[in-house]
Amino acid sequence: MPDAMSTSDVELPVLTPKDFASDQEIRWCPRCGDYSILAQMKKILPTLGIPREKIVFISGIGCSSRFPYYMNTYGFHTIHGRAPAVATGLKVARPDLQVWVVTGDGDGLSIGGNHLMHAIRRNVDLKIIMFNNQIYGLTKGQYSPTSPLGKRTKSSPYGSLDYPLSPLSVAIGSDATFVARSVDVDIKHLTMVLERAAAHKGTAFVEVYQDCNVFNSGAFEFASKKNEKVNNCIYLEDGKPLVFGANLDKGVRLNGKGEAEVVSLNGVKQDDLLFHNEAAKEPAHAFKLARMRWPEMPEAMGVFRCIQKKSYDQEVDEQVEETIAKYGEGDLEALFNSGDTWEVT
Amino acid sequence: MSTATETEGQAKDLQELESVVIRFCGDSGDGMQLAGTQFTNVSAAFGNDVSTLPDFPAEIRAPAGSLAGVSGFQLCFSSSDIYTPGDEVDTLVAMNPAALKTNVKDLKRGGTLIVNDDAFDKSNLQKAHYDDNPLDVGDSLAGYHLHRVPMTRLTRDAVEGLGLSQREADRCKNFFALGLVYWLYDRDPKPTEEWIQTKFSKHPSIAEANLRALKAGQNYGDATESFAVHYKVAPADLPPGMYRKITGNEAVAFGLVTAAKLAKQELFYGGYPITPASDILHELSKLKHFGVRTFQAEDEIAAITSVIGAAFGGALAVTASSGPGIALKGEGIGLAVMTELPLVIVNVQRGGPSTGLPTKTEQSDLFLSYFGRNGDCPLPLLAAQSPGDCFEMAQEAMRIAVEHMTPVFLLTDGYIANGAEPWPIPNLADLKPIQVTHPTEPNGNGDGYLPYLRDERLVRPWAVPGTPGLEHRLGGIEKSDGTGNVDYDPQNHQHMVETRQRKIDLIADDIPEQEVFGPDQGELLVVSWGGPFGAVRTAVDHCLKEGKSVAHCHLRYINPFPRNLGDLLGRYRKVLVPELNMGQLRMILRGKYLVDAVGYNKIQGKPFLVSEVVARIKKMLGPT
Repeated sequence: MPDAMSTSDVELPVLTPKDFASDQEIRWCPRCGDYSILAQMKKILPTLGIPREKIVFISGIGCSSRFPYYMNTYGFHTIHGRAPAVATGLKVARPDLQVWVVTGDGDGLSIGGNHLMHAIRRNVDLKIIMFNNQIYGLTKGQYSPTSPLGKRTKSSPYGSLDYPLSPLSVAIGSDATFVARSVDVDIKHLTMVLERAAAHKGTAFVEVYQDCNVFNSGAFEFASKKNEKVNNCIYLEDGKPLVFGANLDKGVRLNGKGEAEVVSLNGVKQDDLLFHNEAAKEPAHAFKLARMRWPEMPEAMGVFRCIQKKSYDQEVDEQVEETIAKYGEGDLEALFNSGDTWEVT
Repeated sequence: MSTATETEGQAKDLQELESVVIRFCGDSGDGMQLAGTQFTNVSAAFGNDVSTLPDFPAEIRAPAGSLAGVSGFQLCFSSSDIYTPGDEVDTLVAMNPAALKTNVKDLKRGGTLIVNDDAFDKSNLQKAHYDDNPLDVGDSLAGYHLHRVPMTRLTRDAVEGLGLSQREADRCKNFFALGLVYWLYDRDPKPTEEWIQTKFSKHPSIAEANLRALKAGQNYGDATESFAVHYKVAPADLPPGMYRKITGNEAVAFGLVTAAKLAKQELFYGGYPITPASDILHELSKLKHFGVRTFQAEDEIAAITSVIGAAFGGALAVTASSGPGIALKGEGIGLAVMTELPLVIVNVQRGGPSTGLPTKTEQSDLFLSYFGRNGDCPLPLLAAQSPGDCFEMAQEAMRIAVEHMTPVFLLTDGYIANGAEPWPIPNLADLKPIQVTHPTEPNGNGDGYLPYLRDERLVRPWAVPGTPGLEHRLGGIEKSDGTGNVDYDPQNHQHMVETRQRKIDLIADDIPEQEVFGPDQGELLVVSWGGPFGAVRTAVDHCLKEGKSVAHCHLRYINPFPRNLGDLLGRYRKVLVPELNMGQLRMILRGKYLVDAVGYNKIQGKPFLVSEVVARIKKMLGPT
């Protein structure tokens, strides 16, 4: 089957974000971070050169998982945590489609953690966007697997006792070939990250810091507030040193123990800083970046890791083709008559 | 059963028998499944009707010599039509004391008992909890024709000089036993010899050792005084044509691939390994050249949900599992019902609850399959009746799924999944076609596409991604009929729940009417489903020949039931429902038809014996 990314000879109609909007009323809370992610998604899809009917959005359960209803593509709002598995089945059966998975921190890391891990390690050609708001929103405010320790919520009135998971650490630990992070309201950055994810062949895992203004308002202010975010975040650029700050006067380097530390660029040369390398063969570099957490360290934004590896669906497709080339197209009569047969006369 | 006939040119008596039941049993490392399979193949190739019952422990290698580690393979071969692997064993081969202890009770009085005398040492006797050697002491074996054969020693002698280690030499003794039984039943060993040559082509010394052991076993029977008579079973009078041996799991795989070919679609199989369903995954994963895409999922939930994704994409989608796995799939199956996507779920039932009896057969997941989901969540249920029938029912399940846009359960069980029978190789031209249509044009007013716009059978269209203009969203939330949009309206919900039920009920118009074996009215109707077919049919046939007023109704369609079933049940004074569970079909029949059905329930991990069913029928009919 043709690759989703190849364009056919037929001239495609020029689409706009509006062409990707469905007729359904959007039922997220006013000022929810999801709106911005939806808007950026509609903005990038027309630029991909993929016909609308070849794009599918698959989600699980949760606020984020209503996403497919608001897109005028093919879509499937499935069950809690299972979107990566549904998407895997679809992509393996139909490698010609571009398949997106929309999930949240509860859907993807709690009830569906297993499927997420396996989709990633198989490198199925899926674009997985995890809306991380560090809370269960749809069930009205319980702590999630990414809520910080001590978080007071409806189900943790005295503070959460669960050590949180880092979504990117999980993805990198599962050998993801593409890992990135952005913030819901950081429009330009988010657009760039979504475009990069769309262009990646294999599993692209993107964590989006998303503000749940009803149950967990302001959780990501450090990364979204104008003037402040530059002091709290490092915007990764491939091949460049890790510098940040309003005046780009701070950097991150590895100290003698191999630990990342913040240094002032007064006195430390840029060459001594940690340089970003998206394509590093070993995931250790990306993992180190993923472990940098605010406020102890600046948090990295952008593409952490982007390497090339054959995708699972492609491998399945090739195995089918190779087997046909080797044995010829399956013949039922030959199959039935294989092994020991005998004739009754 | 037999009439002795002298055959010329034979050194020993050769007597003719109609049918024989043999059981090979030994330690799970003794190669008993292999010996049984080879005997089956040789007999099938000879033209006998054959039915098999492999019986193995859940542990791959329980401690050697222990009671828990006994593995057995029973088969019946016959010159007439048979439906079961037999009630009583005519010849029992026991490779050690544990095998003797656990199996001798099934050997009929006067039967032939062949033991590996060398294995009855102090250690093995202890492991089998024998205080004394039963071959020497007491009269527990007095009613049998006991043959004490020093198989270990004779096998070692036979393979001497081939440079095998003692362990390798001892592993050949199953072929010695097989050779002896081949002699006893006048079998042509050629297919087994060929099998050995092929199997061990890279290890010529092992091949030679097994061939020698096989020959030594035959010679032993011929030469020793111990065996005065041997027997032959003439070929059965099967309808002419090409045959092969098939197990239920193989037949399911063949049926699914055939369905895909008939529908001109690609097959997607998502599965997670589980006993006794794994062989379906194994078979299908070999068939990539049929365009089959197999996906070994991370768990049972991913198996069913990947299949849902594939079905959304337009593939013929299948998953298979057994009890615990089916339980995990429940939520996913509900999603498939809600989104009205076609797929097949094969449930190879085993003993439950929980992990239960993984390698033993049972029919106790009818309720799980029928009801095991949240909400009112109906779907069609089919049940295969024999290994070969799995071929047809797998196609039938897929046909109903795609033509009625619904997930379909196909129920089999460990007994028919692992059991084998001769299978007449079908003529492709005789198979029922399967129609798949994916719309390409809008069906709504203007240019809209309505994913839940139903036809007269209440079936919705199956538009697949990639079709321009038919973009739509599916989901597990209740939806508005027609548009498929999210809809929480109370009246709409009632309408949709009723519609989903009616859609399944209407499938009754598309399945055959129920037939009965025996008189179309009378005193007693025996109603069965699934694996017990053979035992019940044989039992009813037996009672009919004795002039009893009894008939057999075997259901292959359980939801919906055939349209005439209610009428049929009313034409007999009594209804008996033998099941390998506590009465699950019986409860459904009672609920649907208010019929006073009586259960006969066996929950021992084993199939019914014909004699048990006969006795139960006679008890129910009372003295005549």
